[in-house]
Amino acid sequence: MKRVQFGHSPVPYLFVAPQIIIIAIFFLWPAAQAVHQSFLLEDAFGMSSQFVWFRNFEDVLSSPSWLKSAGFTVVFSVLVAVLSIAISLFLAVRADEIIRGAKVYKTLLMWGYAVAPPVAGLLGIMMFNPLMGDLYILLNRIGLDFNHIQNGNDATFVVVLIAVWKQVSVNFIFFLSGLQGIPKSVTEAATLDCKSAERRFWTITFPLLAPTTFFLMVINLTYAFFETFGIIDVSTKGAPGGATATLVYKVYVDGFLGADMGGSSAQSVLLMIMVSILTVFQFRFIERKVHY
Amino acid sequence: MFRKTLMAAAALFAMANTASAATEITWWHAMDGALGDVVNHIADDFNNSQSEYKVVPINKGGYEDTMTAGIAAFRAKNQPNIIQIFDAGAATIINAKGAVYPVQDLLEKYGSKFDINDYIPGVRYFYADSAGKMIGMPFNSSTPLLYFNKDALAKAGIQNPPKTWQEFEEMAPKLKEAGYEGLAESHSPWIFFENFMSRHNLQMATANNGYDSTDVELLYNNEDLKNHWKKMKEWKDAGYFGYYGRAWGANQDAFLQQKAAMWLGSSGSFGGLRKSATFDFGTSTLPYWKGVGDAPKSTFIGGASLFAFSGHSDEENKGVAAFFEFLTKPETQYYWHKETGYVPITTAAYDLAKKDGYYKESPDAEVGIQQLSEEGGKWTKGYRLGFYVQIREVIYSEVDKMMNGEETVDQAFDVIETEGNKLLKRFHDTYSN
Repeated sequence: MKRVQFGHSPVPYLFVAPQIIIIAIFFLWPAAQAVHQSFLLEDAFGMSSQFVWFRNFEDVLSSPSWLKSAGFTVVFSVLVAVLSIAISLFLAVRADEIIRGAKVYKTLLMWGYAVAPPVAGLLGIMMFNPLMGDLYILLNRIGLDFNHIQNGNDATFVVVLIAVWKQVSVNFIFFLSGLQGIPKSVTEAATLDCKSAERRFWTITFPLLAPTTFFLMVINLTYAFFETFGIIDVSTKGAPGGATATLVYKVYVDGFLGADMGGSSAQSVLLMIMVSILTVFQFRFIERKVHY
Repeated sequence: MFRKTLMAAAALFAMANTASAATEITWWHAMDGALGDVVNHIADDFNNSQSEYKVVPINKGGYEDTMTAGIAAFRAKNQPNIIQIFDAGAATIINAKGAVYPVQDLLEKYGSKFDINDYIPGVRYFYADSAGKMIGMPFNSSTPLLYFNKDALAKAGIQNPPKTWQEFEEMAPKLKEAGYEGLAESHSPWIFFENFMSRHNLQMATANNGYDSTDVELLYNNEDLKNHWKKMKEWKDAGYFGYYGRAWGANQDAFLQQKAAMWLGSSGSFGGLRKSATFDFGTSTLPYWKGVGDAPKSTFIGGASLFAFSGHSDEENKGVAAFFEFLTKPETQYYWHKETGYVPITTAAYDLAKKDGYYKESPDAEVGIQQLSEEGGKWTKGYRLGFYVQIREVIYSEVDKMMNGEETVDQAFDVIETEGNKLLKRFHDTYSN
């Protein structure tokens, strides 16, 4: 029989080596360090350290502020992922239907993508400034008694709004290209078979977009978990009363600001475990429903 | 083209040559913007005053970023000579045994002389150990002040700003009638926790405010401080106190936009406010409760100090000592004080400012240093508490909850006590072996 493989040439390994090295240096090694650190009580300058088994984890898991923050992270992530996917899907469908001036709409909707999270946070918090923020004044003028500086739910609304706004454009780009990838013949056939645009969307278009949606769900959850840090830091710093502190933000406060190496390492290990479970869950249970 | 390259190379060589002639002293600091310019100016003055050493100041971001950068550099054995560490981070660096070269030892070994009594009372022991040895060099020291809007007070028919909280309570309704909130306040942990204790000469933590040991517990959960916060809540509900959350700037803005007639902030804000306020304002000392503790006593300082990292050559340490001596010179301190609003840290510098007539032309600039020079008490020297950055986070969070009514004052202080002490215990277990 003819050999179809190239044999054991080292060349392919050479090609992937840069990637592997980068992953090893920038992910595997720090992750291993974090796991190691999470079992130690060590002073910030590394002058003394002791092995304490699970003390750091016990301290973290018994801390009311960490538990509160964990709860908020779950709520926040689900809200951000669901809302930003739903809104951008709606916008993408609408923009796809437009024939005249479509380019302008599309460009405008993509603009937000260029905004860095801390800048988005800054924009948001300026709009919600109690002394001069337009949205703050508007919400109060329509009689909502809105105050995100004192009310935890209002503060959650603000950070979710900023995070969603920032993410909508990314999702929009993916959905739009997904929509444009649907063959014209399929949509035309569907138009003949079914008059209701809404039913057509749910039975034909959306299932065809399912792989994109699944991909975006994974991306958006990761975004909500990790990349919203800049937004939180600039807009609320976790206030009021820790109501908007995500887990990543807490890791930053304890590790980066507070120099508690062991405690923040334990927190990041817990975070790693949570995200691993989430990933397994997504791929085992949700991906099954996706047809490529 | 070739000639250009050659010339550039020659210039580079010449520069490298002069640089290697002088011993380089690196200084990592957190002063950016206008403050950073003043820092650079001081470093240039020092470099021009002699040829043996060259101080290179590098801005590393905010206080926390600078500390983290220093920690990372130290762990990588690549630490700068001098690092600026803020008040809440002092315990972390001082308790890491051997990480720093105590400034008193450094000056006594390499400098000409050192006398702790040259420094004004408020800064003398804040960065010292329990035996009174100065570990960090006080640099940018500030203290909380009351800023007041003169027009607003006049409109309400008030002559003078309040000296005590009792007086404030009387004038707040008048201010409200005139259309103002009486007070806004920035940085609750610093002003209404730490400085509250100092102003009233109350003990803040066991073990001599934390100086004697890391085995320490907070004493915040006391009736005096709780009563103060009960009043704050009452005043907030009555519209006498405007609470704009934890952000420093938001509360300052309330004052700048003339919503609040008075604002509690830092003496270090003086220069900036003078530029941005569109109305006439004055400064006064931090009010106190008559009858609580033995107020009024001097307040704590805020801001930061400079630490000399260990692990450098004799030659470099000598340069650090020379630079520290330059920094404490009355002329340098007077310049720094005038440009930034931070207080002069030595009595000689204070005297120079007085002699120069600075306070005649700008009397409000003197209030901070007067307050720090007020009579001290047993508990006004300072505090030394580990993981204090996180303890401040707990305080911020609990103040939010007190103000929005999510928790009562008593509940909030119970949380501050248990969470704070848990953090102190962790710090003790980390640093005591």
